[in-house]
Amino acid sequence: MSKGIYLDNNATTMVDPKVVDAMLPFFSEQFGNPSSMHSFGNKVGRAIKQARKNIQTLIGAEHDSEIIFTSCGTESDSTAILSALKAQPERKEIITTVVEHPAILTLCDFLEKDGYTVHKLEVDAIGRLDLAKYQSLLSDQVAIVSIMWANNETGTLFPVLEMADMAYKAGVMFHTDAVQAVGKIPVDLQSSKIDMLSISGHKLHAPKGIGVLYLRRGTRFRPLLRGGHQERGRRAGTENAAAIVALGEAAKMAMQFMEHENTYVKGLRDKLEEGILAAVPNSFVTGDPDNRLPNTSNIAFEYIEGEAILMLLNKEGIAASSGSACTSGSLEPSHVMRAMGIPYTAAHGSVRFSFSRYNTEIEVDAVIAAVPKIMAKLRKLSPYWGDNGPVEEPEKAFQPTYA
Amino acid sequence: MWDYSEKVKEHFFDPKNAGAVENANAIGEVGSISCGDALRLTLRVNESDDVIEDAGFQTFGCGSAIASSSALTEIIKGMTVDDCLKVSNQDIADFLDGLPPEKMHCSVMGREALQAAVANYRGEEWEDDHEEGALICKCFAIDAVMIEDTIRANNLSTVEEVTNYTKAGGGCSSCHEGIEEILESVMAERGEAFNANVKAPVAAPVPTPAAGGMTNLQRIRRIEVVLESMRPTLKADGGDVELVEVAGNTIYVNMIGACSGCQLASATLGGIQQRLMEELGEFIKVVPATQMPQSLKAGG
Repeated sequence: MSKGIYLDNNATTMVDPKVVDAMLPFFSEQFGNPSSMHSFGNKVGRAIKQARKNIQTLIGAEHDSEIIFTSCGTESDSTAILSALKAQPERKEIITTVVEHPAILTLCDFLEKDGYTVHKLEVDAIGRLDLAKYQSLLSDQVAIVSIMWANNETGTLFPVLEMADMAYKAGVMFHTDAVQAVGKIPVDLQSSKIDMLSISGHKLHAPKGIGVLYLRRGTRFRPLLRGGHQERGRRAGTENAAAIVALGEAAKMAMQFMEHENTYVKGLRDKLEEGILAAVPNSFVTGDPDNRLPNTSNIAFEYIEGEAILMLLNKEGIAASSGSACTSGSLEPSHVMRAMGIPYTAAHGSVRFSFSRYNTEIEVDAVIAAVPKIMAKLRKLSPYWGDNGPVEEPEKAFQPTYA
Repeated sequence: MWDYSEKVKEHFFDPKNAGAVENANAIGEVGSISCGDALRLTLRVNESDDVIEDAGFQTFGCGSAIASSSALTEIIKGMTVDDCLKVSNQDIADFLDGLPPEKMHCSVMGREALQAAVANYRGEEWEDDHEEGALICKCFAIDAVMIEDTIRANNLSTVEEVTNYTKAGGGCSSCHEGIEEILESVMAERGEAFNANVKAPVAAPVPTPAAGGMTNLQRIRRIEVVLESMRPTLKADGGDVELVEVAGNTIYVNMIGACSGCQLASATLGGIQQRLMEELGEFIKVVPATQMPQSLKAGG
């Protein structure tokens, strides 16, 4: 294990050493092309088959042929949406939410320019959707609904099973970006009406550069990449054998650790959250605390800014992430925080702590000890903060001219 | 994570002059719309000689905003009010050994706080004349508002022209899609459609009589005037250009300072060439003096 306390597992996870062991032979002796007729290729083909089975088990798919390997979660998302539009050219509408990952939102904004209508469902103050509004948008004009299973910033879960049912009854295809959910919470697709689902390997201790698109048997499909017969012609291109094998191993381990994730890891998360909230005034949890991933805590620290917090945390060897404008390459404040109407002075200082099965209680204690000093140091610099707390009526006391 | 210089980290981890100055008589409060950071600058100015005796900052912002605020207070302490107004945002960035292009607005915020504080000291109303938009070109830190204004003011219609006028898009070229989108919307305002296949209109190359109309000396003087007019832009980036030789329709120049060896030297040369063609009304080529044939070099 590397030094430092890693609490940024929603960004990416460490590749499990067992996963590394499983994939290494596929860089050396097991180099064959799985499509080849000889034994070099044959063994690789069998390993991919086993990996596909493991993923089928993890997500409860009815058939292993419903698993399509892709290069990443973003490719799976793009494939799903573009396939639905191509297969149903008469349908020109898409339903999604304002808090999706850019993999969905940026694509939807691009499609809007091509004349598609994109309905983005809004969220309330703790990140929940209005299902009545959703129901009213479902029609035979909608090509696809794409709703994330779990939000990457807050961990808030959307009722995708119910929403997929509603879409099914309206005769509309349903896709879910489940890159944050798969491996952290139980998923059983065969008992659902979900048509398509995206997975990203590096979110569950497999390497970067491997993803999955689950495609329910019978769902009309148009490939994004055409070419060879790989993945039954639904995703051409020679298989990334080593990464596929790795994801298979990671899926097997995720099954083994599912209960641990939802008991022990969740306990660590809760302990950290309670410890920080008790020690730091003017801080609160964002999102829906009763309905979220077991590993994620997003805490807003009022009157200070996230990037500055992260830099000081990093100095203490603690890795987390923030919804602050300054930590994104685009300088856009987190669209998730804005969508929930979190005041700017708090959204700017939101910090996400995301756990994995490698975190320990000793680490949690160390973070609880470090955080209050960091917040106090930055608040001392803040124009909104007085000697012992926020200045009286902070938003009135400090009213800068924005330019 | 941003690639901050050691100096930025130093001023962030151990900021100088944090907190409000007591008995301040100059206060500036500004925020940056592009990222939401905000800064209160408090100064104590000696009213007999206008010297800034003490400066303090309170910042709600990121690492580079805090470092820029700290740097600003260090720079201006001991300066007179008149002198401190000459401090540019580039001076603040230079003091910190540079800022990432996305973070240059932090230094702009520092300069604006300073202007606001001085206005407050003098009993004037400070008005901001600077509008910031979404960052489009990351190579040169050019934002959307700057590109839009330039397209409007000069009636531009191609990406190449936008690059010549603003430098946006002259580096890695990955923002060309964004520039095309801006061109589309601004051109739509004036009732035109953007066409990617149109080449930048080369100022109608008046076939040679222009050269005939000018003596060689007049022509060279004209070239000097054009180069002089472009110098401030180049100098703003720490570079310069000098005229070496004019041979027929080929103009040899030396790129100096930051321009020399800059990856964008060829884009800059293209911009100079464009301007010279427009001004001289003839087709010319601008070539680096390093490519000048031996026969032209003085003393062989």
